[in-house]
Amino acid sequence: MRRYFSRKLLIYGLTFFVAVTVNWLIPRFMPGDPVAGMVARANVAQPEAVEAMRAYYNDLFGFDQPLWQQYVNFWGAMFRGDFGISIWLFPTPVSTVINGAVPYTLGLIIPSVLLSWVVGNRFGAYAARRKLLDNTVLPVGYVLTAMPYMWLAVLLAWALGVIAGLFPVAGGYSFSMRPNWSWTFVLDLLHHWTLPFLSLFLVALGGWAIGMRNMIIYELESDYSNYLSALGAPARLIRRYAFRNAVLPQITGLALQLGVLVAGALVTEIVFAYPGLGSLILKAIQNQDFFLLQGTFLFIVLGVLIANFIIDIVYVVVDPRTRAGMAGAQA
Amino acid sequence: MTTLQETEPREREGVRREALHFAVRNGKLMAGFGIVVVLLVLGLVGPLLAGGTPNDYGTRPMSPPSAEHWLGTTTFGQDIFLQFVHGLRATFLVGVIGGGIAAVIGMLVGFVAGYRGGAVDEVLNMLTNVILVIPTLAVLLIINAYLGIRSVAVQGLFIGLTQWPWAARAIRAQTFSLRTREFVDLARMSGSGTWRIISREIAPNMSSYLFMTFILLFGGAILIASSLDFIGLGPTEGVSLGLMLQNANQWSALQLGMWWWFVPPGAGITAIVGALYVANVGLDEVFNPKLRET
Repeated sequence: MRRYFSRKLLIYGLTFFVAVTVNWLIPRFMPGDPVAGMVARANVAQPEAVEAMRAYYNDLFGFDQPLWQQYVNFWGAMFRGDFGISIWLFPTPVSTVINGAVPYTLGLIIPSVLLSWVVGNRFGAYAARRKLLDNTVLPVGYVLTAMPYMWLAVLLAWALGVIAGLFPVAGGYSFSMRPNWSWTFVLDLLHHWTLPFLSLFLVALGGWAIGMRNMIIYELESDYSNYLSALGAPARLIRRYAFRNAVLPQITGLALQLGVLVAGALVTEIVFAYPGLGSLILKAIQNQDFFLLQGTFLFIVLGVLIANFIIDIVYVVVDPRTRAGMAGAQA
Repeated sequence: MTTLQETEPREREGVRREALHFAVRNGKLMAGFGIVVVLLVLGLVGPLLAGGTPNDYGTRPMSPPSAEHWLGTTTFGQDIFLQFVHGLRATFLVGVIGGGIAAVIGMLVGFVAGYRGGAVDEVLNMLTNVILVIPTLAVLLIINAYLGIRSVAVQGLFIGLTQWPWAARAIRAQTFSLRTREFVDLARMSGSGTWRIISREIAPNMSSYLFMTFILLFGGAILIASSLDFIGLGPTEGVSLGLMLQNANQWSALQLGMWWWFVPPGAGITAIVGALYVANVGLDEVFNPKLRET
């Protein structure tokens, strides 16, 4: 078990290192000059002023230092929680801007991912080897997984928001309200949360149902299932054993899907103008706010790594083989 | 020796004919590929027949579908059908480039890691796992944001460079199970080199698996590209289905009730990707006798 965790931690450590390095490399080695871009945005005509601004920015970001020094400084600043200053919301620090958005994204993504996983697995397990259900669940599941997240979000917003008028289609709470902890505000928050949640939930649902259905069929064909049924065990019992075995790859699948799920949450937030990280990224891109974009990137990577680690722990709890140091989950 | 050489081509021919026999009788495969082919032809031929440039402003803005504009027009009077057929091209292109590059890298890494084993496998596997954990879209966001001018081809290139890890892992596992088989041992004993064994002995024995991996990578690349387009990091010129969705969202097609603006592009993407997935299940049934229903 120690080997399992140390290997996982090594991978996550390396991943974080690579992500930070990429984050540092891209702005410096991409074609184009961000400083020139920022100077150009300021619309200054006199050459002396342009020169002064260029010197100021070079000094501010430390571009005049040797590369290795810049790299070390970058790590240092990061550990101090200093991601720079947002250009879009000047002079708010990037970390403050991100901290304001993270709760909304987490509040959206955690319930939708967990619920879709649980419900999808139940559906899939139930549909496997049942002709009628299988013929309905499977096609619906394929259509749902093939849908781009933002399209289902747009369709839901159009049908339930604009036409039926049941739910608001923009924002995290009504514009007439200020965030506070009163009941009316919490209800309003939930009201705005429902549609983005529903669309994230639905798109992810299909994939889990299909995966579970295939796994159950595979398990029901295995030797232990045949043996049990030869002994005359009730089908319910065999299915229960099959489910416990089939759930393990689905847990691994959850870890593998995290990146896709986060991506889905980001675009869904953009559709609903939900004040999470997705909308932040959109604003950062529209305003050429690279500090904000890079800070958000690191936050997402960190969040995905932490989630991966939690899933690893869950896996150890669920699968006794990993505890005994046998194979089981592969890194 | 001579008898072996005589029977082998005939046997291979037989396997191919059997696969074809089941392929044309497989409803899922035929329906899936049928939809993809129809959309592909529409994308290839449509722009030639319809004529005109997709982003030209027209004289009748915001009109619903009619005989003149089959899918209506945007707020700026752009013809949505014209944008759609041009967008299909971009979408297929990004799928081919992104899926193709990812498949090639995934195969290289997977074959070498799985066949060589040992330290090579250890290093490649670590690399695969590291890139697997990094959320793809986040990396693509950063890269594309710093690219001043973006094109469909470059977008596909970067998608391919970030999408390969799961394919590499799957192919590595398959190679693992093949490399201890007798015919591989035989090839090794007769002095074949690593590349020859991989390309002549291992790859042909999992060609169906490789093809299905490519299909899934193709669909994945299309979905990621559409997300990137939607966030506003799509190609700077031209149209794609993702860009159409982005424009519709940006110019409040939703609030204005212009359903003909945002329904077709999303339906197009869903149809392509969904049809590919269904065709993939069909292919699985064709190549794997255990899964056949009859």
